[in-house]
Amino acid sequence: MNQDLVSAFRPAIAMTILFAILLGLVYPFAMTGIGQTIFPDQANGSLVRDAGGRVIGSSVVGQAFVSDRYFQTRPSAAGKGYDGLASSGSNYGPTSQALADRVKADVAKRRGEGVVGTMPADLVTASGSGLDPDLSPAAAEAQVPRIARVRGLPVAKVAALIATNTGESLFGDPHVNVLALNRALDRMTQ
Amino acid sequence: MTFQGWALILGFVAILIALTKPVGAWLFALYEGRRTPLHVVLGPVETGFYKLAGIDPDEQQGWRRYALHMLLFNAMLMALTYAVLRLQGVLPGNPQGLAGLSPHLAFNTAISFTTNTNWQSYAGESTMSNLSQMFGLTIHNFLSAATGIALAFAFFRGFARRESRSLGNFWADVTRVTLYLLLPLSIVYAVFLIASGVPQTMGGVVDVQTLEGAKQSLLLGPVASQEAIKMLGTNGGGFFNANSAHPFENPTALVDFVQMLSIFLIGFGLTWCFGKAVGNTRQGWAILAAMVILFLMGASVAYWAEAAGNPVLHHLGVPGVNMEGKEVRFGVAASALFAAVTTAASCGAVNAMHDSFTALGGLIPLFNMQLGEVVIGGVGAGIYGFLLFAILAVFVAGLMVGRTPEYVGKKIEAREVKLAVLAIAVLPLFILGMTALSAVTAQGLAGPLNKGPHGFGEILYAFTSAVANNGSAFAGLTASTPWYDGLLGVAMWVGRFFIIVPMLAIAGSLAAKKHTPASAGSFPTTGGLWVGLLVGIVLVLGGLTFLPSLALGPIADHLAMIRGQLF
Repeated sequence: MNQDLVSAFRPAIAMTILFAILLGLVYPFAMTGIGQTIFPDQANGSLVRDAGGRVIGSSVVGQAFVSDRYFQTRPSAAGKGYDGLASSGSNYGPTSQALADRVKADVAKRRGEGVVGTMPADLVTASGSGLDPDLSPAAAEAQVPRIARVRGLPVAKVAALIATNTGESLFGDPHVNVLALNRALDRMTQ
Repeated sequence: MTFQGWALILGFVAILIALTKPVGAWLFALYEGRRTPLHVVLGPVETGFYKLAGIDPDEQQGWRRYALHMLLFNAMLMALTYAVLRLQGVLPGNPQGLAGLSPHLAFNTAISFTTNTNWQSYAGESTMSNLSQMFGLTIHNFLSAATGIALAFAFFRGFARRESRSLGNFWADVTRVTLYLLLPLSIVYAVFLIASGVPQTMGGVVDVQTLEGAKQSLLLGPVASQEAIKMLGTNGGGFFNANSAHPFENPTALVDFVQMLSIFLIGFGLTWCFGKAVGNTRQGWAILAAMVILFLMGASVAYWAEAAGNPVLHHLGVPGVNMEGKEVRFGVAASALFAAVTTAASCGAVNAMHDSFTALGGLIPLFNMQLGEVVIGGVGAGIYGFLLFAILAVFVAGLMVGRTPEYVGKKIEAREVKLAVLAIAVLPLFILGMTALSAVTAQGLAGPLNKGPHGFGEILYAFTSAVANNGSAFAGLTASTPWYDGLLGVAMWVGRFFIIVPMLAIAGSLAAKKHTPASAGSFPTTGGLWVGLLVGIVLVLGGLTFLPSLALGPIADHLAMIRGQLF
C-alpha cells in the first residue's frame, strides 16, 4: 500500500499541472480570442452608446430609473439599487416582515402616482439579480399615465412604445427592456 | 399556471429523452475506451498527458487503487486552488486589485469546488480575480465532473465484469471524459453563450453613465467559458453573486432553457450508458423512468406553488404569481423548473432566489437534495447514488419473496447491502446533526437573515446543500464566518467522499462475482413494478428521514404564510 501511495504521487501532481494549464489557461484564453474576434460586441458586455458615442449602459443589464420622466425599473436589492458590482436578490422569505413592509410602501407609492387596477407583481418585487433589465408589459403600461402627464405626450403614443419594444420568447415570459423603452421615449420627445 | 408553463416543463423532458440515446452512446464509447472522431485532434493531447505523467492507460486498477488515485488527484487539485485563492493578491489576472481570501473562506471554497458542490460563501464580483475564476475554479468545474463520470464508469464495470479484480483505469477515464466530452461541448456551448450576450474578456470593470446621468460600474470577465462547464458539469458556481439570475450569466429565456437542458444532458445519457454496459438498455430506461417520475412530481409542485403566489402579498393588494427574487424575462414557470432541475441534479446554479420562493416552492429544492440528488443527479454521482438505492430496492424485493436478491446478473449479498446503507446514512447523519448543532449555538444562530421557521429553513438548506454537494442556497444565510465555512467545508467533503469510497468497495466486490443468469425466480428489473418500487424506496428511505426537519422549516413556514403570520 505504501508503495502504491508513493507511485500515485507522480501522476497526481503531473496531471494536476497539465490539466490546470489546459483548462484554466488555454481554454479560457482561447474562448476569449474566439469571442473577441467573432462577437466583439457581446463579448465586451453588449454596451450601448448614445448619439455622441458615450457609453450609457449595457443592453442586457438593467440600470436604475427613478425619475418621473422615465419608465421606472423594479425595486433592486443590488447594493443601493442596480449596483453592477453587487448583484443580489433581497432573500426575504415569504413570511418576512421586512418584505411585507417594503411591498406595502411600494404599493402605496405606485397608487399615489395614479396606478389604477391590478398591481403588476413585478413592479413591487425585487428581482433575483437586482439587475433585471426588463419590466412585464403590464408593469410598463401601469406607468404610462404618469409619463404622458409629465412629458405632455398623448397617452396612446406612449403606450404604443411598449408594444414595439416587447420581446416574446417560447421559453419565458413577455418582457420589455427598460433601457430600450426609455431611449425610444427620449427620441419621441425630441 | 398557464398552458405555456406546462408545455415548457413537458417539452423540456421530451427533448432530453430524445437526446438520451445519442449522448449515452457517446458516453459508452468513452466507457469502452473506443476511438472517437475527436481523437484526430485531441488524441495527441491525451497520449502526451500520459507520457508526461508516467501513466499507462491500460493498467487495470482494483477498487482500492482506483480510489487512491482519485483521492490523491482531488487532494492535489484542492491544494492548488487553496494556494491560488490565498495568493490572489500577488498573482496576475486581477484587474480589480482584489486581496487574497481568508484562510476559512479559501478552505471552504477549495473543498466546495473540488467536491462538485460549488457552494459559494462569497460574492464573485467583489472576491474573485479573473485568474482565480479560471485557474482556481473553472478547472474544478471540468475535473470534479470528470471524476464523477469516471466513478460512475467504475461502478458500471463492477456490474459488467465477471470474476475480475479491476474496475478500469482512473486516469484513462478522467482524461477521456475531459478531452472527448466536456471540453469540446464546452467550447461549442461557450461560443453560443457569447453570441447571446455573455461576456468573455480578460478586462475588468467598465464604468458607464446611465441615461439618467448616474454612474454604474459593470463587471466583465471570462464569464462564458466558466458558464458553459458550470452547467454541463452540474457544478453551479456562478461568476457573479446572483448566479444564473444575473443577466450577464443568463441573458435570455433561450439561454436559460439551454442552461437547464445542459444540467441534465449528461445525467440522462449516463442511464443509457449503464444499460448498454450491463448488456440490456432496458435496465437504463427503467432507471430513467423512475428518475423522470420523481422529477416531474417535484417540478409540478414547485410550479404550482410559485404560480399560486404568496398570500401575504395578495393581502397587500398584489395578486398573482410570486415574483420576489425572480427575473421578468424568465417568469415563474421557467424559474420553478430551473429550481427543480438544479436541485434534482447536483448543480446548484439558480436563476431565481430560492430563499424568496413560497414555503412549498422552496420545500421542493430542499426535498430534491435530501433524496440524495439521485433524480438524474450530478454527473456520475447521480447514477451511482441511484444504483445504491437500486441495490436496496432488490434487497427489499428479495426479502418479500424470500430469495437471494440479484441485480443485472449479480447476486446482492450482505456486504453490498451494508455498504450501500453506510453510504446512504451519511446524508441524514450529517445534514441533521450539523443543522441541529447550528440551531442551538450562538455562532450558528447568527447566520440566518429571516426569522421564524424560515430562518431555520436557511440553516437546514445550507447543510442539505453541502452534504448533497448541490451548492444552491437560501442565500439570506450569512455563511462567510469561520463557523459556517468550517462546518460546511467538512460537510461537503464527507458528502462526496464518504459515499464514493463505500460505492467503490461495492463495485470491487461485485466485479469479483460470477455472472448469475436471470431465471424464472429472478425479480425483473425492467418493468413497471420495478420502476414503482424504485420510486417508493427513494421516497421512503431518502425522504421520510427528513420529514420532521421539513415540518419545522418549510411546512411551519407554509402554515404561517397562509395565516398571514409574519416574522
